[in-house]
Amino acid sequence: MKNYLKRTVAAAAAAVMTLGLVGCGENTSSTSNGTSYGNIGGDSAASNASGAASNTDSAASTADSTAADSGAASDTNGGTNSTPAGNGGTLVIGGIGPITGGAAIYGENVKKGAQLAIDEINAAGGVNGMTLELNFQDDEHDPEKSVTAYNALKDKGMKLLIGTVTSGPCEAVSKEATKDNMFLFTPSGSSVNAITSGDNCFRMCFNDPQQGKLEADFIAEKLDGKKKVGAIYDSSDSYSTGILDGFKEEAAAKGLEVVAEEAFTSDSNKDFSVQIQKMIDNGAEVLFLPIYYTETALILQQAEGKLDVPVVGGDGLDGLIDALGDKVDLADGVYALTPYSATAKDEKAVKFTEAFTAKYPDADAPIQFAADAYDCVYALKAALEKAEINDANIDASELCDKLKTAMVDMDEYDGVTGKSKWTADGEVTKDPKVMQIKVTDGKGAFTDI
Amino acid sequence: MRKTTKNNLITFGGTLILCVVLGILMQAGKLNSMTTGLMVTIGIYIIASTSLNLTVGVLGELSLGHAGFMCIGAFSSATVSTLMINGGAPNWLSFAVAIIFGAIMAAILGFLIGIPVMRLRGDYLAIVTLGFGEILKSLFNNIYITSDKNGLHFGFTNPPKNIDASTKLEILRGPKGTSAPDLTNFWVVAAVLLICLIILMTFIDSKSGRACMAVRDNYIAAQSVGINVTKFRLMAFTLSAAIAGAAGALYMHSLANMLPKKFDYNLSILILVYVVLGGLGSLRGSIIATIVLYAIPELLRGINQNIVNYRMLIYAIILICLMLWKNAPVFINMREKIKAKCKKSKTADLTSGGAEA
Repeated sequence: MKNYLKRTVAAAAAAVMTLGLVGCGENTSSTSNGTSYGNIGGDSAASNASGAASNTDSAASTADSTAADSGAASDTNGGTNSTPAGNGGTLVIGGIGPITGGAAIYGENVKKGAQLAIDEINAAGGVNGMTLELNFQDDEHDPEKSVTAYNALKDKGMKLLIGTVTSGPCEAVSKEATKDNMFLFTPSGSSVNAITSGDNCFRMCFNDPQQGKLEADFIAEKLDGKKKVGAIYDSSDSYSTGILDGFKEEAAAKGLEVVAEEAFTSDSNKDFSVQIQKMIDNGAEVLFLPIYYTETALILQQAEGKLDVPVVGGDGLDGLIDALGDKVDLADGVYALTPYSATAKDEKAVKFTEAFTAKYPDADAPIQFAADAYDCVYALKAALEKAEINDANIDASELCDKLKTAMVDMDEYDGVTGKSKWTADGEVTKDPKVMQIKVTDGKGAFTDI
Repeated sequence: MRKTTKNNLITFGGTLILCVVLGILMQAGKLNSMTTGLMVTIGIYIIASTSLNLTVGVLGELSLGHAGFMCIGAFSSATVSTLMINGGAPNWLSFAVAIIFGAIMAAILGFLIGIPVMRLRGDYLAIVTLGFGEILKSLFNNIYITSDKNGLHFGFTNPPKNIDASTKLEILRGPKGTSAPDLTNFWVVAAVLLICLIILMTFIDSKSGRACMAVRDNYIAAQSVGINVTKFRLMAFTLSAAIAGAAGALYMHSLANMLPKKFDYNLSILILVYVVLGGLGSLRGSIIATIVLYAIPELLRGINQNIVNYRMLIYAIILICLMLWKNAPVFINMREKIKAKCKKSKTADLTSGGAEA
């Protein structure tokens, strides 16, 4: 009997927890909707109609179009984008990324960045009369779930895909997307194979070896006389090994010497004393860290006072300042090749950061994934305009064919993460941005060098 | 008819009918893309969970390293199929050979691991299998295999060097994962699933299977009547590993890119959850539990964006509730009452509304 009582209490507690969480969640989402309605109202008088009224309008005006079903679905999705912008219908943009699990921060940022851009575009009248709608699905950073999410989105009338956020799932989804000839635009899937399955795939960020190559160039050209490089990398990670491969190749061509190359794995990423000692023993003059900020923070702390050399990292280091907390002094002088940072001072970045924090006041500062996603949406808008697409009911495959050429032919896109131009293989060319962390009065910031 | 035979026929027949109906619907284009995609994955998980049920349910030993066997099946089969297709063999032949090769490799490894493991029992066995699962995962995280015109090149922790670039074919790429040809479809999965079910049912119902159950129920008594305990346990463990290897092979060929990381502890536990919630020793239970538990979080996607955000939470709650429903004495009593009522109403030839629920 006692046992039964315990179980019932446990079940009741679980139920209360769920209700509580769901309740809280709905509260926050309704506030954020409220905020964005406010923004829209301020921008254009035409959209001042209440959400419900505008829904009926749009249903009536697009009664002949099949997009009405997807419009109905969008109402339940928070209703932020239900303002009718024209008679082109609602173009459903799919998004896939991890919003639960270990990589959730990346998916969350992409989702928020993309939603911000879409709301801005809709508020300004949409694209060629079409309203954009984002349907973002969770993949838990798992290729298998990612493919399921992709199929689910197809059933919901997705016409093009922004995603997936992480590389492994992106490789799986891009292969499916190529089979369907679905336009795929990944903000942050950086492994080489993420977009090699066909010409329907594009990406916003550098691929891993490309990034490694750019970092080798940076060390060779900007850090005079420092020829001996020591690298600490995650051998169980595709991102880290990919960057290192590209780095080593370019380092050899540029006359750099990789004197020590020490690995760790995701199962043993807390103690780096052995790796740091190797760097010291082999006389490394530059420490190259093609890894994420959590491990970098630990390495910097453990190397304090022992290894005093310049540190160079990739876009994984965005977030380092927060990870170090009050030991931020250690990050002073660290170089990072990252397209965007919330603390950066250039005009576009500042504007984006302000818009992001205004829309999501409760969220942490955006990371570069949010900026990549934001740029993805605007680049897509440019491509849609270039391809002169004005009917949201267009067949996904036909849309893909038009966008493929438009992406390559359109003018240079100037966004938060730099000036981008795409080649037919889907890779982006843009100027690499190397920033340096400067710490003043205990506050760190990424600054241009 | 014997009760076991009848039971087996129901399970097998049910699965067969389900496969045929879903297959026909799929061919007729009546299913949406999500269901079509899910059918393949769920089928693979059913193969894995029924095979684990042999170790956990029939043999009575907790194995926490089942993903390790799927891992070896996956990567060895990918090597074979990639090489064969590159060598000009037809797809179907390469795939068939690859699945069998994956199963054999997993069986060999299961046998080798089984020798030390089967000397242990209970918690100790569970911990050792957990260790082996992790070892296999880490191993494949470091193996590189590349082929060129001079043959195969192996690398450990680093890609092999001096490869002829024009004929270079990367097969295993360590932590960057492995791209196997995309060959798995629903019909293959259904066929392998049905074959595995036949093998498992025949084994469980055979002399060896009953010896295993005797060992499970009373180790000492089984030993005392002259059952070669280690032999039968090893046999069941190897068979379980082999089928898991086949599941791994199918899994590998169903996705464009597979990282060794996928075959971690979490995957083992996921499969174990299906087995435990479906009922230890019940193949039918494993099948139903896998379908239901895999489908729930995916179906929650379909509703709306607010639910999508909380679907993993809802899934967890459903798991807790199911566990309580299955094991809490009060619910067991309730279920029995309903059953009794059901029987009573049947004999009295009455239809009762409560019995339907």
